[in-house]
Order: sequence, then structure tokens, then C-alpha cells
Amino acid sequence: MSASTASTTPAAPPSPPAAKPRISPVHIDKTYPMWFYVPGGLVFLILFIVPTVLSFYYAFTRWTLFDATFVGFDNFVTFFSEPGLIGSLVNTLIYAFVTSGSKVVLGMALAVVLVQHIWARGYLRSLTFFPVLVSAVGVGLTFQVLLNPTDGLVNAALGAVGIDGPRWLVDPDIALLTVAAIDVWKGIGLATLIYIAGLVAIPQEYYEAARVDGASAWDIFRTIMLPLSFPATSTVIILSLIGGLRSFDLIWTTTQGGPGFASDVIASVIYKQYQAGFYGLSTAGNVVLFIVVTAIIYPLSRWLNSKEVVL
Amino acid sequence: MTKMRPIGYIVGIIGIAVTAVVFILPFAFILLTAMKPKQEANLLQFSWPTEIQLWQNIVDVVQARDFMLIIAFINSTILTVASVTLMVIFGAMIAYVLQRRKSWINPWINGLVLAGLIIPPAVVPTIWVMQTLGIFKTLPGLILIEVAFGLSFTVLMMRAFISTIPKEIDEAAIVDGAGPMRLFFQVILPLLRGVIVTVVVVQSVFVFNDFQNPLYFLPGDKNATVQLTLFNFQSQFNTSYNLLFTNILLITIPPLIMYIFFQRQIVAGMTSGAVKG
Amino acid sequence: MNFKKHGIAAIAIAAAAALSACSAGSLGSSDDDTTSGGAAAEKIELSFLVDNTETSQMTAQAIADGFMAENDDVEITIESRPGGADGDNIVKTKLATGEMNDIFMYNSGSLLQALDPTNQLVDLSSEEFMSRVDEAFLPSVSSGDKVFGVPFGQAMAGGILYNRSVYDDLGLEVPTTWDEFMANNEKIKAAGIDPVIQSFGDTWTSQLFILADFHNVTQAQSDWAEKYTANQAKYVDEPAIKGFQRLEEVATAGYMNEDYATAKLDQALTKLVNGEGAHYPMLTFVVNTYVTLADDAAENIGFFAQPGDDAATNGLTAWTPAGIYLPATTEGEELEAAKRFLDYVATPEACDAQTEAVTPTGPYMVQGCTLPDDLPQAVLDLQSYFDEGKASPALEFVSPVKGPNLEKITVEVGSGIRSAADGAKLYDQDVEKQAQQLGLEGW
Repeated sequence: MSASTASTTPAAPPSPPAAKPRISPVHIDKTYPMWFYVPGGLVFLILFIVPTVLSFYYAFTRWTLFDATFVGFDNFVTFFSEPGLIGSLVNTLIYAFVTSGSKVVLGMALAVVLVQHIWARGYLRSLTFFPVLVSAVGVGLTFQVLLNPTDGLVNAALGAVGIDGPRWLVDPDIALLTVAAIDVWKGIGLATLIYIAGLVAIPQEYYEAARVDGASAWDIFRTIMLPLSFPATSTVIILSLIGGLRSFDLIWTTTQGGPGFASDVIASVIYKQYQAGFYGLSTAGNVVLFIVVTAIIYPLSRWLNSKEVVL
Repeated sequence: MTKMRPIGYIVGIIGIAVTAVVFILPFAFILLTAMKPKQEANLLQFSWPTEIQLWQNIVDVVQARDFMLIIAFINSTILTVASVTLMVIFGAMIAYVLQRRKSWINPWINGLVLAGLIIPPAVVPTIWVMQTLGIFKTLPGLILIEVAFGLSFTVLMMRAFISTIPKEIDEAAIVDGAGPMRLFFQVILPLLRGVIVTVVVVQSVFVFNDFQNPLYFLPGDKNATVQLTLFNFQSQFNTSYNLLFTNILLITIPPLIMYIFFQRQIVAGMTSGAVKG
Repeated sequence: MNFKKHGIAAIAIAAAAALSACSAGSLGSSDDDTTSGGAAAEKIELSFLVDNTETSQMTAQAIADGFMAENDDVEITIESRPGGADGDNIVKTKLATGEMNDIFMYNSGSLLQALDPTNQLVDLSSEEFMSRVDEAFLPSVSSGDKVFGVPFGQAMAGGILYNRSVYDDLGLEVPTTWDEFMANNEKIKAAGIDPVIQSFGDTWTSQLFILADFHNVTQAQSDWAEKYTANQAKYVDEPAIKGFQRLEEVATAGYMNEDYATAKLDQALTKLVNGEGAHYPMLTFVVNTYVTLADDAAENIGFFAQPGDDAATNGLTAWTPAGIYLPATTEGEELEAAKRFLDYVATPEACDAQTEAVTPTGPYMVQGCTLPDDLPQAVLDLQSYFDEGKASPALEFVSPVKGPNLEKITVEVGSGIRSAADGAKLYDQDVEKQAQQLGLEGW
């Protein structure tokens, strides 16, 4: 896929002839054939949809993996009577909106800086992406050490300027937000990368035209970068919000939902049920989580798609 | 924007200062721990090692369990290259038709794409399906699993970016007599270079760092992938943090090099992507 | 632009090649050097699944090597899996999908019961070698009148590891009642040493005060476990609530190390060995970990059972060893060879092979097996409880009921987020869910 340099002048569209030929229905079928769906769709259908549908049946059973007893809606009743459920639902929403909001805003800011001709750009791009590559286990352990309340580096630094640092991951009141901050640290590189891809796709002509008009940097950002990178923004919003609503791997490696249950989110509650061998119950939990996430994401995605068409 | 202006240097220097604190410190901890002897590392402190034995740790990690790390690197590389290639081609095909062709099926496909992002895979039923197909415990089976689980993300990304390619380009190609295959592979895909590189980078990271799927769908020490090697030094009752972090370092550097290479490609995409809108 | 066409073709070929390539496999050290013998092709190959802790791996390798030395027609390869809850899921998944290795090692007790042993495992009750296995081990690997496993490694205990030089320096005696223990703690604290080390950075370590109190519970009420399984006894009531109260008592008295909330197992052991802390409630299989931390650790660290109310009933809570099992999918000559392997494991020679590989952390549960004399002090200490018959099996070996969230709750109680009474109540609710999932009667 390493395209030849000849592609610097790709098939530029010929200046549209007077009578612009709209593609006719016959042409549509030829140009955008339905069978393009088939190879990917087949893999997805067989290896994802079929098992998922099969598993939904088990949401209505007591399932030990070895045998399943049909119990109707019992699992859902049990799931909703989980003592910490409300708390973890609230945590899930806080976590999702804090992390995705920060990633959308900070990722955009970083990307705008990192597409400029600045010194050490390659180094900075690599550095911000580095956390994405490190395994969650490594990130979890590293921050447990840096944020250690008694001898961690962060509190030592705060102490040096006279601030009594909080207890971070082991303080029930702020543990969740601390993990959210770590999540942003780890995931920001991904959001930035998507934004960069979106920003570099904006044709240079727009900038040139704007500069001819004497637009300020802020004007360029507001009238060109922001609207024209909208596909990237909507992708980042959707991905980071779904990620935030479903995420628990970083929570698991930093606090395991603790101290106690203070930083539990729905996904970690479900994971614990799965770990405990409550397979039917955890499947029921996944169905609930699916409905919750869909209820938030689907309208949002429709809305973002409709905005896209307007552009 | 061709010449670097003074402001570019200033922003760069500020950026380096901020990232130094935010991104280098955690990295420094990983490196420091990887340099320590076991007992010292297990104290989990941010300190200079009293005795530097990074090389010894690297040797220990590489040799552990009959060079499992090397085997894992080979497995992970094959897995990543094959699954990401398929994912990108299949995903681009779906995204392309999905974005271009308005049809009754679009909302359904959009729904399935979201479902793929939202629903976690069900392990045991997936194994049943794979057993039926005779692809359980095979590398092609695992590759297809990664494709299935990664397809949604690919389609979502691609669809968003295909919308930035003007339809006039398709029409011009059709007028030139191009068939759908030629149009897609020779005209559209090259224009998607920036997003393809992005998707390749992101999905490679996911697949390379995945451990749940290999653990369940391709079990066995011989089939280990890089993330599974972390378990060699970390168990519930006894962890060698120096070796664990050395291992983390070793498995992070190859993707980092890959990223450094690819991010240049994204910059290159800046010029080649400069098609008329 | 022509390049593109070839580019696509090249990718397609690369993908096809990758798909057809098998995975890298072994780089050829272990597989090849053993098959160099003449009769190599005839060998029966067995795969043995063991968790990834160093001691388990070394123990497994030792018995496999010992067996293969006598049976040159069998080739056993060890395969590793993660431990903890991940490991439980892998074992269950493998069994449920018919993909289990020929032989596998797994916990005994309630975790084994969750594997549906009657349908999933080979019944060994009629095998001659089972008569050599210690009777005390059998209930933890049985279901109904069927028996499924031979012991892997040794028994161990949950109780309190203590620093003997701290005790000597302060002139303390090993406590046999909780009050004596707390009195010792007070003196230790006055001497500027942390009386009790806790390590909530590894959350599972927070449960020990409750788990290791079970001998005291059974001494107070001998049929407690039975009633507990039948939903007639609860942790909120005496005598079981004592464990929660003891944890709370230690926490509120300020006897814990300052960094209790973040410390991990390894750091806690370092504190114990250095004498920064005096007591560490723990399971004794950490002996192999801490003996490497200091030259004198083996002699300097001792062990005593968690004290209860009455010195007369003082005794320890014991964990039976893990077992080695055969899945029902092992058949034919593999099954025959695998049974020969289990036969070997249930011999004193196999025990000696294990002793040579890994320092034992408790008594073997195979008849005729002996322990060497030069054992770490803590192991000698716990051995004396077994010798005097002052030991009860832990709750997980006498009841299938165990809630998944105990370690979260004990972190809360130990951190002062929740009271002992509240914690016990919440744990009772947690257990209820699990019992219902198991389909136990009376829930």
C-alpha cells in the first residue's frame, strides 16, 4: 500500500463538463455493487453475530458453561438487585463523559498543534502515541507507583510546592476520576491520531484562500479546521464514548473497581460476575449494558450522521 | 506553512516541556524498573537502580520458557499483518458502498456496525461456531476472529473519511470506463491513504496488544502472542517486576518503531491527499 | 498507477500466505532434544496444563521428569495458563468445549465442584493408587462417591506469619488467644514497629483475617459449614462475624502499616522480613517467595494460627493441595498413560522429586511421604499444628458457598469505609447470589 510518489497528482477530477452526468440507478448498481458487503459481512455474521445471538439465549438461563437451566428473567432481576448497581451506573456515565469529553477537546487541541510545522513534531507525535502502545497492565502498575499517596512521585512533587496531595487511587471519593485521568492519558494519542488524519485530509487550498483573505489563526481554526474535520470529530466522539461506557480494563488494572466498590462501573461489575462463574448472569448484564449504550449512542450517531450530510 | 516560523519553535519547546513531564515520567519508571534487580524492582519505587542489569533482564526475558517471546513475536506479527490487511480491505469495501449508495439496508448495517463496537464477544458460543467450522485452535481461525471483531471500527473510520472524497471523482472514473473494482482499488483506495494508514496503525495496536482472543481461541504455549508473555513474570502470588517491565518494554518498542515510520506516512498523506474538494 | 494493481495482488498473496502458514510453534529447543532417541516416534504424547506460578511450574516439571525417567514410552509436555479468575475461566472454557489438555492441575474444594466433575472428569475411585492418597484429601476432590484427583504439591495453612527477631527483642510470646495477640500488637507499636502488615494493593490478601478464622468458627460451632451451605448460618451472626470484627479491630487500633492501602504482596513480605512490620496474615505458600528476600528469612519468619477466644481450642485453618485431574475427553492409550502418571504422583518418590524442586510449604497428602528436616521455620511451625491434630480445613473445602466480592468488602472494612457488621451483611448478600447461581437448596 506504500503508494508510489506519482500519486502526488492523483486522478484529479477533470473539470466538470457542462452537463454533469449524475450516476443513473443502473450505474449505481454497477459502481457500488452490493457484493462489496459480502466478504466482510460474512466473517462478521458468522463469527460475531451468530455467537452473540446464541449467547443472548443464555441470558435467560443459569449457565455453568456445562449446563444451562432456563430461569426466565431471574438473571435480570438479580442483576438489577445488585447492591452497587446504581452507584456503578452513575460511575459509568461519569467515567464515559469525562473521558470522552476530554479526549475530544484535548485530542483536537493536540492535533491542531501537531499538524503545524513545529520543532520536534515527529518526536512529539510519537511521544503522545506511546501510551496507546503500552499494555494496560504496565500502565496500571506505573500509575499505582507514581500516584502512591505516601511515597509516590506526584505527591512528592506537590509536597515540594506545599500542596498536600490527595490519596488518588485509594481515596473512594476521587478514585474514579483518577482512573479517568489515566484513561485520558492512555487514550489521547488515539484521538489525536484520528484528528490528525482528519486535519491533513483538508485540502491546502482552503488554507491558502483563507490566508489570502487575511484570516487570523483563530478564524482558520473556527471556519476551516473545525467544520472540515467533522468526520474525525464524530468518529472520536462515538469511539471514545462507546469506549468509556464499556471500558473497564484500565479500571481493573489500577483499582479493580475499588477501594471496595468505589470505582466500579457496569462493565467491571459484569466482569466480576463472569470471573465468579455466573455466566448467565453476566450475559444478562451484557444485554442490559448493550441496551444502555445503544440508547445513548444510536441517537447520537444518527444525529452526527445527519450533520455530516449537511456539510 | 512551508517554512517553520519562530512560533513553531516556541510551541515545540513548550510541547516538549509539557510532554516531558506528562509522558516521559511514566516511561522513565518503566525503564528504571526494567533496569533493576528483582528485589529492588519489587519495592516498586521511582528511584535510580543501585545496580543496572538491563541487559541481564533482557536476556532472561528473551530466554524464558524456551524463547517464548521470540515465538510470540513471530505469531503476533503474522496475526497482525494478516488480520489488519483483511480488515482494511473488507472494511473499506463495506464503508465505500455504505457511504455512497443509499439503500434500505444502510440503517441495518449502521446498526450492526454499532453493535460490533458495543457488544463484547461471547467466548464460549464463538468457540462452538469455530469448532463447527473446523477453525478453532488454528491461526487462520484467530485471524478471522480479529477481522470480525475489528471490522466495525474500520468501517466507522473509513465511512467518515470516504464522505470527504467528492462523488465527482467516481463519476469521472466511470466516464473513463472504469469498472467497480478498478474504481475502488485504483481510484478510491489511494485517496484514502491517510485514513488507511490511521486504521492500520490503530488496528495493528489492538491486534498486537490483544490477549483475550489468543488466550481463548488459540490456546497453547506454542501459539502464544506477545501480550501472553507478560503472564510469564506475573502470577497471583509472585511477580518479578523487573522482568515484567523489561518484557513490557520489549513488546512496546516494535510497535513504537512501526508508529514512527507510519506517522511519516500520515504527513505524506498531507500532500497526496490534497485533492480538490 | 499500475503499481497499485500489483500492490493489491501482493497484499492478497501475503494474506493468503499468512493464512496458510501455521503459527511459529516452538523454536525447537524442548521438543527436539527429547525426541532424538530411537523409539521417539512411538511415544505417547501427553499435555499437562498447569498454572503459571513458578512453584507450580517447577513442581509439575519435577514430577513429569520423574515419571518420564521410569516410563520412556510417554512424553509429557507442560503447558501454562494464568492463575486466579482468568485461569478458572480458561479451565471451564476448555472443559465445556471439549478442548481440555490430557491432564490438568486445578484447585481442590469448592472451585473443583464448579467444574461439574461428575460429567467432566474421569472417576478414579476404583484405581488402586487412590488408596495411597491421604484420606483427609479425598473429600476435597470428591463428588458423591466418585473421586477425581491426586494431590499436587503440599497442604498449606492460613494464619499469621511473624518476625521472630521482633518477638525476641521485645520479649513477646506466640499468642494463643486474640487478646494476647492484641496485647502483643500494642507493645510492638510502642516499640515503633508496624504490628500488622496489610497489602490492599493486592486485594485478595485482605481476606486472610476472615478466611484464617475458620478454625475458630468450627471450634465454636462444629456444624457451622453445613448450616451455612443450607442457608441457616450467616456471617452477620456469631461466631463467624468475629473474623470481620478482628479485621476492624486491628484497623481502628491503628496497628496497620501506613501504606496498607497500596502495598502489594511483595512489598508486604519485604516489610516482614526487614522487621518493619511484625505480623502478616497470609497463606504459607508465600514461604518460597520470602526466603529469597533475605539470608536469614527462612529462620527468622515463623508462623502461628490465627488466635481465637479460647487458648484451649487454638488451631490452624488448613488448605488442601491442588489436585491433578483427567478430563473425560482423555481416552484410549492416552488415558492409560495418564493413569500411570497419576499412579506415579501418588508415590513417595514423586514427593521427593517435588521436594527437590521446590521447598515444601506444608505436609504432603500421599502416604509414606516425608518432609526434610531443614525446612523454613514457618513450615516447621505449621507442621506441628498438623502433628498435634489442631487443624480444620478452610471453609472452601467444606462448603461450595463463597461470594466473589469478599476481598472488596474486606478492603472496605480494613480501610474504615464500612463497619464490620455492615461488611458481614453485605457479604451475606453477595453469597446469596452465588448460592442461587449454584442452584443450592434452601436459597
